[in-house]
Amino acid sequence: MTLTADDVKKIAHLARLGINQQNIASYTKDLSGMLQLMTQMSETNTDGVLPMAHPMDQTQRLRADEVTENNNRNNFQAIAPQIEDGLYLVPKVIE
Amino acid sequence: MGHHQEHEWETVIGLEIHTQLATQSKIFSGAATAYGAEPNTQACAVDLGLPGVLPVLNGQAVSMAVKFGLAIEAEIAPHSVFARKNYFYPDLPKGYQISQFELPIVGKGHLDIDVDGTTKRIGITRAHLEEDAGKSLHESFHGMSGIDLNRAGTPLLEIVSEPEMRSAKEAVAYMRKIHELVRYLGICDGNMQEGSFRCDANVSVRPKGQEEFGTRAEIKNINSFKFVEKAINHEVERQIELIENGGKVVQETRLYDANKDETRSMRSKEEANDYRYFPDPDLLPVHISEEFKEQIKGQLPELPDAKKLRFKGQYQLDDENAVILTASRQLADYFEALVKESTCEAKLCANWITGDLVAVLNKADLDITQSPVNYQRLAGLLLRISDDTISGKIAKQVFEAMWNSTATADDIIAEKGLKQITDTGAIEAIIDKIIADNPDQVEQYLSGKDKVFGFFVGQVMKDMQGKANPAEVNKMLKIKLK
Repeated sequence: MTLTADDVKKIAHLARLGINQQNIASYTKDLSGMLQLMTQMSETNTDGVLPMAHPMDQTQRLRADEVTENNNRNNFQAIAPQIEDGLYLVPKVIE
Repeated sequence: MGHHQEHEWETVIGLEIHTQLATQSKIFSGAATAYGAEPNTQACAVDLGLPGVLPVLNGQAVSMAVKFGLAIEAEIAPHSVFARKNYFYPDLPKGYQISQFELPIVGKGHLDIDVDGTTKRIGITRAHLEEDAGKSLHESFHGMSGIDLNRAGTPLLEIVSEPEMRSAKEAVAYMRKIHELVRYLGICDGNMQEGSFRCDANVSVRPKGQEEFGTRAEIKNINSFKFVEKAINHEVERQIELIENGGKVVQETRLYDANKDETRSMRSKEEANDYRYFPDPDLLPVHISEEFKEQIKGQLPELPDAKKLRFKGQYQLDDENAVILTASRQLADYFEALVKESTCEAKLCANWITGDLVAVLNKADLDITQSPVNYQRLAGLLLRISDDTISGKIAKQVFEAMWNSTATADDIIAEKGLKQITDTGAIEAIIDKIIADNPDQVEQYLSGKDKVFGFFVGQVMKDMQGKANPAEVNKMLKIKLK
């Protein structure tokens, strides 16, 4: 599979990454190379092999349902760029 | 609807219901989930997505999801996996929502709904665990948005149905059934005003007989039964009109505006639905053992359908009473406690609850657990109806007094002198007086106007302030007027 420059721009936008126009060609080449490796891997026969969800062969430990975190708003908001009435303020976004 | 010139249309509906699980703490952190706290006082470092934090799964959320799965006879996945759903929005600080994608905890199940006297089985595709997002407030922050992350990380169970509902009515019946079920199971408080139970509806239309589905629109965030019905009906009408006028339905997300009773398109960017799910490396697969499943199975309460059936058999209730009394576990418990305590006929108990009690509770916006008249006091009242101490009519008066005080029925009956008069001598004296005072009516009655009989009963009851035993009055009047 080979990516186009447009694919690279779209991926960058989805990840909200600012990339330099002049680097697009090299990103396109590198990412396409990675995908080629994937293609090569997917040629391996994996019939009967369960997909691996995690490299560690363990299962999730569960926590007891208890409130252990107390209100720490003042400390968290001390490092926020802008706050008001206990809210974090961000540039207006309405979908 | 009435735009059916060309085709007869069939509606196809699937629902995604988000239920907030009633845990004390969040799904991946130890912050509280209580509703209504000051903004951001229940948002810890994990909920804020600060660098270096790691999620730790709440066991209770897992138990609740399994409980739901067992109640809908679904497959419970022995291994389920959490995945990241990636999108950017300020009330989602990590830039992804932890959800489940390929391997949800609850697989295929089903639920039966009753619409217009017929039962229909609706398939449930899956139910998966995920975290809720925070809240964005767009008003009055001088051009900025305010973010409250108290809700971020609250556990959600998203229940996805098959597209098997064919009318708004069926969709509402299904939504109500899920609502009833999650409350029975005690896994969600079902509070729709507070957003604990909300729903997205996927709606499409197709010419009747066509197998292929039409293009669907998704109506987001509907938080009442009334709105789900109105929103779907509106959307169906919009789609039919659009197609019949030569247009095409586009796949998009629409918002229901309750004030205008219409759905409108949310500006959908092309890449908006490119969530790039992948397994979350911060969380290991969740393993559900057979023992764990058995243990949860042992905790399942009697479910609504089973209870309804039992009530109809054990207490000889009609369908309507059985439906009302099993609408919540608490109401059903109240009924059974009342029957036991009062030793009265179940039908009398059922009628008093579904008639008088439920009416005043609704009027006062209370649920059965908040009823000022507990089952012990109501039992005291019903006992006095059963043993003829008071008539059903006087009982309503006593009930009203009980509602407004803490007195027992016996106290009120004694205090207000409401005890039914069964002393035949006293009743006879009054009857004689009424007959003597109304010679015209006596003549009418004797000349064959049977209706006048009611007049005499009324006069006697009035004179005795309703306290005479009606059966006794009838019997004696018949004799006296011969």
